[in-house]
Amino acid sequence: MRVTTTVNGERRQVEDVWEGESLLYVLRERMGLPGSKNACEQGECGSCTVYLDSVPVCACLVAAGQAEGREIRTVEGLGIDDELNPVQEAFVEAGAVQCGFCTPGLVVAADDLLDRVPQPSDADIREALAGNLCRCTGYEQILTAVRLAATRRAKVVP
Amino acid sequence: MTAPIQPDTGVSGRRAAAGGVGDNVTRPDGTLKVTGEFAYSSDLWADDMLWGTTLRSPHPHTLITRLDVGPALAVPGVHAVLTYDDVPAQKVYGLERADQPVLCDGTARYQGEPIAIVAADHPETARRAASRIVVEYDVLDPLTDPRQAIDPATTQQVHPTGNVVRHLVIRKGDTSVSADVVVTGDYEVGMQDQAFLGPESGLAVPADDGGVDLYVATQWLHVDRDQVAACLGLPSDKVRITLAGVGGAFGAREDLSMQIHACMLALHTGKPVKMVYSREESFFGHVHRHPALLHYEHGASREGRLLYVTAEIILDGGAYMSSTPAVVGNAATLGVGPYDVPNVSMDCWGVYTNNPPCGAMRGFGAVQAAFGYESQMDRLAAELGLDPVEFRLLNAMSEASVMPTGQVIDFPAPVAEVLKRVSSAPMPPERPDGPEPDLRDLPGGVSNTTHGEGVVRGVGYAVGIKNVCYSEGFDDYSTARVRVEVAAGRPVASVHTAAAEVGQGVVTLLVQVVRTELGIDEVTILPADTQVGSAGSTSASRQSYMTGGAVRAACQAVRARLPDVSALREGDVVEETVEWRHRATTPLDERGQGNAHVQYAFAAHRAVVDVDVELGLVKVVELATAQDVGKVMNPTGVLGQIYGGSAQGLGLALMEEVQVSNGAIRNPSFTDYLIPTILDMPPMQVDVLEMADPHAPYGLRGVGEPPTISSTPAIVAAVRAATGRALTRIPIRPEHITGMGETLG
Repeated sequence: MRVTTTVNGERRQVEDVWEGESLLYVLRERMGLPGSKNACEQGECGSCTVYLDSVPVCACLVAAGQAEGREIRTVEGLGIDDELNPVQEAFVEAGAVQCGFCTPGLVVAADDLLDRVPQPSDADIREALAGNLCRCTGYEQILTAVRLAATRRAKVVP
Repeated sequence: MTAPIQPDTGVSGRRAAAGGVGDNVTRPDGTLKVTGEFAYSSDLWADDMLWGTTLRSPHPHTLITRLDVGPALAVPGVHAVLTYDDVPAQKVYGLERADQPVLCDGTARYQGEPIAIVAADHPETARRAASRIVVEYDVLDPLTDPRQAIDPATTQQVHPTGNVVRHLVIRKGDTSVSADVVVTGDYEVGMQDQAFLGPESGLAVPADDGGVDLYVATQWLHVDRDQVAACLGLPSDKVRITLAGVGGAFGAREDLSMQIHACMLALHTGKPVKMVYSREESFFGHVHRHPALLHYEHGASREGRLLYVTAEIILDGGAYMSSTPAVVGNAATLGVGPYDVPNVSMDCWGVYTNNPPCGAMRGFGAVQAAFGYESQMDRLAAELGLDPVEFRLLNAMSEASVMPTGQVIDFPAPVAEVLKRVSSAPMPPERPDGPEPDLRDLPGGVSNTTHGEGVVRGVGYAVGIKNVCYSEGFDDYSTARVRVEVAAGRPVASVHTAAAEVGQGVVTLLVQVVRTELGIDEVTILPADTQVGSAGSTSASRQSYMTGGAVRAACQAVRARLPDVSALREGDVVEETVEWRHRATTPLDERGQGNAHVQYAFAAHRAVVDVDVELGLVKVVELATAQDVGKVMNPTGVLGQIYGGSAQGLGLALMEEVQVSNGAIRNPSFTDYLIPTILDMPPMQVDVLEMADPHAPYGLRGVGEPPTISSTPAIVAAVRAATGRALTRIPIRPEHITGMGETLG
């Protein structure tokens, strides 16, 4: 089948998609956007989190056909004018990235949290990121990064 | 952070560039990782590429009586189906001994053993084709009890060489001495999975010269290369391996997974072949942490001095050897913990069974032993009427202590210091006792299982010991090539090593070393590959020590030729390659005596937990830890290792177990194998000590493993304190806390 979507602001059309393919597979293998990660492919780890019409979803649980005509934003489209967005910047600085495999999903989830709750408490952060597994960091520096990003966004966005 | 002793950095009098050793340098790959541009092994792609998949044995022990690949080959889009007969040269591989068939040799010895591999133009085509391979099995009884495996009366053998992989005996002093207080205990450690997030994966590309280029996520490129080359029947220079992005390792990438298979398919089809395991397959595709049965007897004087320890430890290595002999070495030599014990009798076995193969995981034998000896230390303290920290302090080893192996400690061993630090750290506030508690602070969380009723707080302590680098006489080295030249009018350095960056940050640290040693700001780390000499494995907490040491030595060699970097002119190149070794270790003799280890590292934890004693649910409220790292090379990196290692220890204490029933894995998914989430991890207090090891580069100690060792027993001790239960098995299950398991058997 043919699937037409808007990905990171750009209209994309792919052919010969098998009906069983997930949005994650199509992004990674057919659109050349491997940033969203394939750690469990059953919605447990959050590594493939992308925005689907502004709602964060696990791309592995979305059938490619369900994305027809919709807007998708992946980790590759999070930056602003080729600059890192505040969440990405804070993840690098705070040591929230080690192996980095969970990072694409976490930065999307954290970006979504800060859109909804600009000044989250630690409990808010923990609840929002509970669907994103990280095996390297023990999460402490991820918390630091999200706090830092919240502070910086507050300075940028009055 | 605190630094009681300032280590000798060895660079006095030279201008250090900013961002050198000790500075908070950010990762050079950080930006790529947060933008999704970093190329992991599962992200690779080549024109005209095929996808490989693996058919695995559903039975833990079976003969294969018929194997017909015809129906799979008939599927449109399939390019190859290969079996045992197609393995070009050596049919077996392995880290310490080649005992594992590349593809099943007619007998599958564990559930998940690869039988056939398929290459097709779409991963789903490959999977469907694999399911059409006709296999007929003659299922055999699996040997699954490791106690049975060491019993000489057992006739069932996993391999003709017998079931005992290694039996290590350590005898120190005289354990027939009598003691005022004797405590015996039996403990069990379940099978933990490394659960890295990036699945086993890679891309094999056939080359015009008949060789193959493999891009793969691994921990040790050269040992992969040697095993792949032997099985393919190629000279080692025809197997070129480049490290692809690694999504975590923790020991699970020490053994081969898809490396030989992808290369076989690529060479057979003449096309690039990519293989990516699913999460389910990953549970069958790599070794796990050895489950352990531990029996300890500790004797102490009325005053609280340890007099003797006798111990028997059985480590279940599963169907193939992997690194079981070395795991046995660690469990045995570190088996009494960081304590002065004058008389020790230790017997440690590693055995073959038909359970899933086990090998390296962070902590590597030291984790299992620590659960045993720290449980014993708490019980002894209780028998003696002593505070558990006070009792440990009475027996803490220190510099000049003598290990059970006879090795004399000739570097700082601040065991007492790390214990004192965690025991004097401020306690977290008491749980608020209001009518409207925040459910998120309680065991069970927003499941709303309690509002505080039945919740009891407990505090526990533990300390652990880990060796750093390879041991027992192994020729352990790393190779570094450092090149200095002028680009755009400025001196620049490039570093080529084969050290596997698996997330820990060695690429950052090597930049820092070069800046400190050469005073050059611009440092490029070249991709790790087999075009330079071996760096050894990214394991045993050794890369900072070994490849950090090698790069430092290469910089010193450059400096010997080029004392003043500013004298370098456009077109000049100074390049030095150094193979660097740590001081030699020795094998253990028949009584387990010898200077087996290079360095020891120490960490202590205090755990504060809230336990719902009625439902058996645990909330870890806080972890405090103190660790000696010798020298803080990169503060953020050190802390990251300590947080992450502690989290894996928490997982082993409370939730993580590969559940194996009659040889079969029951929970091969992240739905059923639980790793800590951000809700499970508590806030942590970390106290980092810098007691320089005079034998190590910059005085550093390996950082990665110690936090995983002491966090587990500290958490279990805290749950015991809250519940009064013996809790002799990890991970703790709710029924162990409620006592339901006792009544149900």
